[in-house]
Amino acid sequence: MKKSVFLGTLATAALVAGYASATTLEDVRARGVLNCGVSSGVNGFSAPDANGVWQGFDVAVCRAVAAAVLNDPMAVNFVTTTGQTRFTALASGEIDMLSRNTTWTFSRDTDLGFTFIGVNYYDGQGFMVPRALGVSSATELDGATVCIQTGTTTELNLADYFRINNMTYEPVPIETNAEAQQQYLAGACDVYTTDASGLAATRASFETPGDHVLLPEIISKEPLGPLVRHGDDQWADIARWTLNALVAAEEYGVTSANLEQMVAGTANPEINRLLGTEGELGAMIGLDAAWAQRAIAAGGNYGEIFAATIGEATPIGLARGLNAQWTQGGLLYSPPFR
Amino acid sequence: MAIDSGAPKASFRLGMLIYDTRYRSYTIQIFALLLLMLVAAWLVDNTVRNLAALGKDFSFNFLWSTAGYDISQRPIAYDSTYTHTRAAVVGLLNTLILAIMSCVAATVLGVIAGVLRLSNNWVVGRLMTVYIETFRNVPVLIWIIVVSAIMSESMPAPSAFRGEDATASMLLFDSIAITNRGVYVPSPLFDNSLGSYDLGTLTLSLDYVLILLVIGVSIWVNQRITASATRIQEATGVRPVTWWKSLLVLFAPLIALLMFLGFHLEYPELRGFNFAGGIQMRNSLISMWIGLSIYSAAFIAENVRAGIMAISKGQTEAAFALGLQPGKTMRLVILPQALRVIIPPLISQYLNITKNTSLGLAVGYMDLRSTLGGITINQTGRELEGMLLLMLVYLTVSLIISSLMNLYNNRVKLKER
Repeated sequence: MKKSVFLGTLATAALVAGYASATTLEDVRARGVLNCGVSSGVNGFSAPDANGVWQGFDVAVCRAVAAAVLNDPMAVNFVTTTGQTRFTALASGEIDMLSRNTTWTFSRDTDLGFTFIGVNYYDGQGFMVPRALGVSSATELDGATVCIQTGTTTELNLADYFRINNMTYEPVPIETNAEAQQQYLAGACDVYTTDASGLAATRASFETPGDHVLLPEIISKEPLGPLVRHGDDQWADIARWTLNALVAAEEYGVTSANLEQMVAGTANPEINRLLGTEGELGAMIGLDAAWAQRAIAAGGNYGEIFAATIGEATPIGLARGLNAQWTQGGLLYSPPFR
Repeated sequence: MAIDSGAPKASFRLGMLIYDTRYRSYTIQIFALLLLMLVAAWLVDNTVRNLAALGKDFSFNFLWSTAGYDISQRPIAYDSTYTHTRAAVVGLLNTLILAIMSCVAATVLGVIAGVLRLSNNWVVGRLMTVYIETFRNVPVLIWIIVVSAIMSESMPAPSAFRGEDATASMLLFDSIAITNRGVYVPSPLFDNSLGSYDLGTLTLSLDYVLILLVIGVSIWVNQRITASATRIQEATGVRPVTWWKSLLVLFAPLIALLMFLGFHLEYPELRGFNFAGGIQMRNSLISMWIGLSIYSAAFIAENVRAGIMAISKGQTEAAFALGLQPGKTMRLVILPQALRVIIPPLISQYLNITKNTSLGLAVGYMDLRSTLGGITINQTGRELEGMLLLMLVYLTVSLIISSLMNLYNNRVKLKER
């Protein structure tokens, strides 16, 4: 009997892992809604607004894919995930794609069995401390108590950084950003560390953002991007090229405002291919010709999304920095639509 | 010529497997077993095929790779360069530390509350009723989070202890600091330490071994003294005075040893961002400990009350009739009998406490669930392997606890001769 209990558990775990016979595209179309994994609330990146509608930079990627595939940017079922649950949710098929400040790393891309479809935000890990602490550099943090989200790359970077610099620290492991915020504000930790963009977003939601400083040190590379499961290349292509379409649209000056005018026809064949008025790019990934038009119409091009959710005009106030187009000294570079 | 031996031999027919009561039970059992094996085989096959479909293999090799993450509460040496196995062991030790602390606290609290609920004092009795009914009817996770919130929100930060106009101060002659990061208590130090002995995975402090040895010997000698006093009393009817002998034997060697080792306490003091020195009981440990203890104590109190009430009033009256005082009645007559009723449900409570330590993740307590079952699984992507290991470890720990408690139960249970 004990043996059967053991095997039963083994198998239940396997059942949860799920086995999709149809392709993800067929599944999503049949369901009529895209299951998209997001974080459990980081302002600017993914958080429900006052009306309960999810808004944000990561959310916009989900909406663009839903618009491209289902012709409805609102046909997204947002599933909140924590640092610990996100990979299981994606591997088990509970979500079709994960768009949640997830760092692209070697082992996640290979061993964990996921495919990163690109980078939608180039980030690095930073530190936030209360101004009253009088700390101006991360090298002064010896002996500090550090709040950290478990199950993230930041946890590993932090351990490396303090070890390399011969400093000690006291980790306070925390499950979600909201909880970390509460612990940090209560003074249960001296420092909060996560991706610099997340810190900026968190600080923006404080009552007195000016009382907290982001330290100048960025201790890691954190290329954040959406990801899908291994094994369904068509679905990965759709997600990858939807993201590329948003980036390319900014590069070519296609915005949600001038989209209709552009669709009517332009002199630039690259734009025409992107918008489906020339060539048959859509059919190559199993979609219709106007897929990219809809993706861009959902929330605008990459630059518009950035400006509306986390840009300098928003309370979060992030500069484009590395996330500017390659033509402007940034790293954003979409392969050609050809 | 053969002689007919009477009744014809019933030849075996297939139908008898169902209709003959001699065989029917076997048929059903074998059929059920086959069915069970089929289901098991299907489940294993399904697992293997799904793992293959996900492109994953089944391997425990990740246990020997570098963990890469830090753990706040480290009973044994650990840093981020150790292996995942070591991290799991640290987690297991943290689980056991919490389980033992909670079991002890819950038992003490529970026995007190259980006895007091039976008190003749109306106020005390009702107070205990309110305690028990409130705590056992609210989920334990909520109590843990409530304690955690109180600790982190309403206790002063270490910086509040700093400077001339400090808003917070330490307790008990500056020896204990209660902060929103945990409680700092003095730690024992030995000036003339004997050093420690390295056992490979953990180091054994010779000081503590010696202290335990001396205490053990003292207790043994004390038992001999009382035993001989009892013998003299039985022979002569007069009990010799032993209290000063006991006191001397129990404490003099220990105090001498501590003086020899140069024992003193290291007080926590504010240094840098936090208190340094002393022992830090982190918020996570405190919240888990208090939360689990007060919750489980409510159940244990009811067990204790049930045990005491199970003993008939006649026993008390008989003891009183023999002239025993109430205290002795409880200790010599009621409790030994009540224990027979109390111990079996107490085992379940201890198991519950041990398993409930896995709620530690909610407040960031780095137990086995948070290390092996949390960060390790997350960083390596080995959910199935990690969860199987986790179940195996919890199963082993629980079985050990219940077998130990069963040994104790056998000692106190009714001896039928």
